[in-house]
Amino acid sequence: MSDHLEKNDPLAPLREFTAARIAIGRVGNSIPLKQSMEFNLAHAHARDAVYSTLDLDGLTEKIKIFDLPILHLHSQASTRHKYLKRPDLGRLLSEDSHNQLHDSIVCPDICIIIADGLSAAAVNENTFGLLKILIPMLSTAKLTIAPLCLVEQGRVAIGDDIAGGLKAKLSIILIGERPGLSSADSMGAYLTFNPSPGLTDESRNCISNIRKGGLSYRNAANKIFYLVNEAIKRKLSGVALKDNAGLLT
Amino acid sequence: MSYHFTIRNKVYRFKDLKTLLAKASPYRTGDVLAGVCAESYEERVAAQIALADVPLKTFLNEAIIPYEQDEITRLIIDSHDIGSFSLISHLTVGEFRDWLLKNETDADVLRSVENAITPEMAAAVSKLMRNQDLIAVARKCEVVTKFRDTIGLRGHFSTRLQPNHPTDDPRGVAASIIDGLLYGSGDACIGINPATDSPAVVLNLLNLIDNLRQQFEIPTQSCVLSHITTTIELINRGAPVDLCFQSIGGTEKTNSSFGINLALIEEAYQATLSLNRGTVGQNVMYFETGQGSELSANAHHGVDQQTCEARAYAIARKYKPLLVNTVVGFIGPEYLYDGKQIIRAALEDHFCGKLLGLPMGVDVCYTNHAEADQDDMDNLLTLLGVAGCNFIMGIPGSDDIMLNYQSTSFHDALYLRKSLGLRHAPEFEQWLIKQGFTDVSGDLLPVNPSHKMLSGII
Repeated sequence: MSDHLEKNDPLAPLREFTAARIAIGRVGNSIPLKQSMEFNLAHAHARDAVYSTLDLDGLTEKIKIFDLPILHLHSQASTRHKYLKRPDLGRLLSEDSHNQLHDSIVCPDICIIIADGLSAAAVNENTFGLLKILIPMLSTAKLTIAPLCLVEQGRVAIGDDIAGGLKAKLSIILIGERPGLSSADSMGAYLTFNPSPGLTDESRNCISNIRKGGLSYRNAANKIFYLVNEAIKRKLSGVALKDNAGLLT
Repeated sequence: MSYHFTIRNKVYRFKDLKTLLAKASPYRTGDVLAGVCAESYEERVAAQIALADVPLKTFLNEAIIPYEQDEITRLIIDSHDIGSFSLISHLTVGEFRDWLLKNETDADVLRSVENAITPEMAAAVSKLMRNQDLIAVARKCEVVTKFRDTIGLRGHFSTRLQPNHPTDDPRGVAASIIDGLLYGSGDACIGINPATDSPAVVLNLLNLIDNLRQQFEIPTQSCVLSHITTTIELINRGAPVDLCFQSIGGTEKTNSSFGINLALIEEAYQATLSLNRGTVGQNVMYFETGQGSELSANAHHGVDQQTCEARAYAIARKYKPLLVNTVVGFIGPEYLYDGKQIIRAALEDHFCGKLLGLPMGVDVCYTNHAEADQDDMDNLLTLLGVAGCNFIMGIPGSDDIMLNYQSTSFHDALYLRKSLGLRHAPEFEQWLIKQGFTDVSGDLLPVNPSHKMLSGII
């Protein structure tokens, strides 16, 4: 029935110009069942992504090969509900995690933080593929790397707390982005030079949409590596760095 | 001045008016995040009962953000109409609620006091009202505005066609516009959120809509929702700007974070008026608001988010806008957690705006990390239809692929019109009939594949 409607929709040729849900037909005044279910499925994927959890065991097993210490940390948001209601708590490390960090101060060049954000599924899916390319690039450039930090219920700014605590020159936080209907598994990378608590978004550089079907791991790693070098050379990150980063596009 | 109320020997004290307003506010996550929310159900009701006894006159003497510190407070106090206030000046907030609900308080009476009501009075009374009361009073208000068509007439209901595209691709945008027009969407305006604020891109989109509008003689107006400074620049360069858009907040500090102030809005308003492009009227401004933006900008001064929102309406009404849109569910669950909070906030905003004389529309929407779904939006959409909301958004299949959130679809507007017997803006209705898109009763007709609008792009 819906197929029949779709084929005969004189608006159908418009679809080639946009990914928007145009020319979806109608039954009476309503959206046909097939398109309604497609929408529901996309929303279900997004909702499941919001409530997905970091695969600590699986990720730890995979990132072992980099031969770096691995820390399991937690924000002050004890549950996902608290995380959604209180973004401030997601930006701060729990007391236990703080203590754990205190024992690991190494004054490295780079601190890599892996946090669930709004889609742990995105991080579970994309972290290893990106790091497999990025970490060798950083090592070849003789940059020292802090223990890899896996963080549950974390927001972007928790990287400041962690990397500041480890006295790193620069932090890279890989984090699940807010799921959209078209992609629920998109990962973002945020770079912050001289990370310390209290910084805001204008002191960071963001690389977005890292996923299969989005920005490839290779291109993402290249962009991150470029920004890392520029940030260390110029001793800054954020808006000022972005303005001169013509190579990024 | 402090306020108090005693329940079972427990004395609840509220140190000032802004604390009383915050504690009397229905529960929402943003007020918890700001640390201004009531700490128990009982404290909330105590605050509501105490608030009910506060005379309306108090709001003229006790500014919740000091007059010296905030230009929005100055605007509110300086533009208050003391003459028409005489009709309600003897009332307390609680008596005001009852007065608003009286049958004798009809559309004409409400219009006669709109400049006597400050945003804080509107916010205060809303906190004593159930959803049903907010709907019943808003429904009585009729706020009509005009540019190339007439929006807000009783029994009519409009949509902003929102054809966004992640890269502002002109053909992608055009495809969504055509789809929407064929579904009868776009009588409030055709309004694009550009992915970039680049003047060249914005100009390109303005020309795109303007050409389409002229070719098919569509009685509607266009808007590209760029920053007000970009719009001023484009007006100076001769761009076809119908409506001037800006997001506004309820405190001076919030607006500073948006890079605007009242003087800049005045400049943009005068520049847009000078183009004289309206045919049936000259309401040229389009404002967007939303609860939580003041907290988000760390500029709320300890005022609850609903009262902050109402204060933004003081700015809006100064510039006689064609459209005011509260983008209620866009901000996320840390401000409005779920469908219940989003629905309540939307009804509050619609009520307060209408009471203050504004042509209120609502972006019935949510993000994927909020506890909400299409069912909540169906509920809100239906409630707003009953409340006489001027317009909602029209987005292909509810899915905005640029802003990544869900709003109302073209189909949703069809549902509401059919269910409640609501009609398009009259000029647009005639155009739809002439194009063969709808019949005289407003029902959609089968699409004619050889219509020029389709053959032009395909």
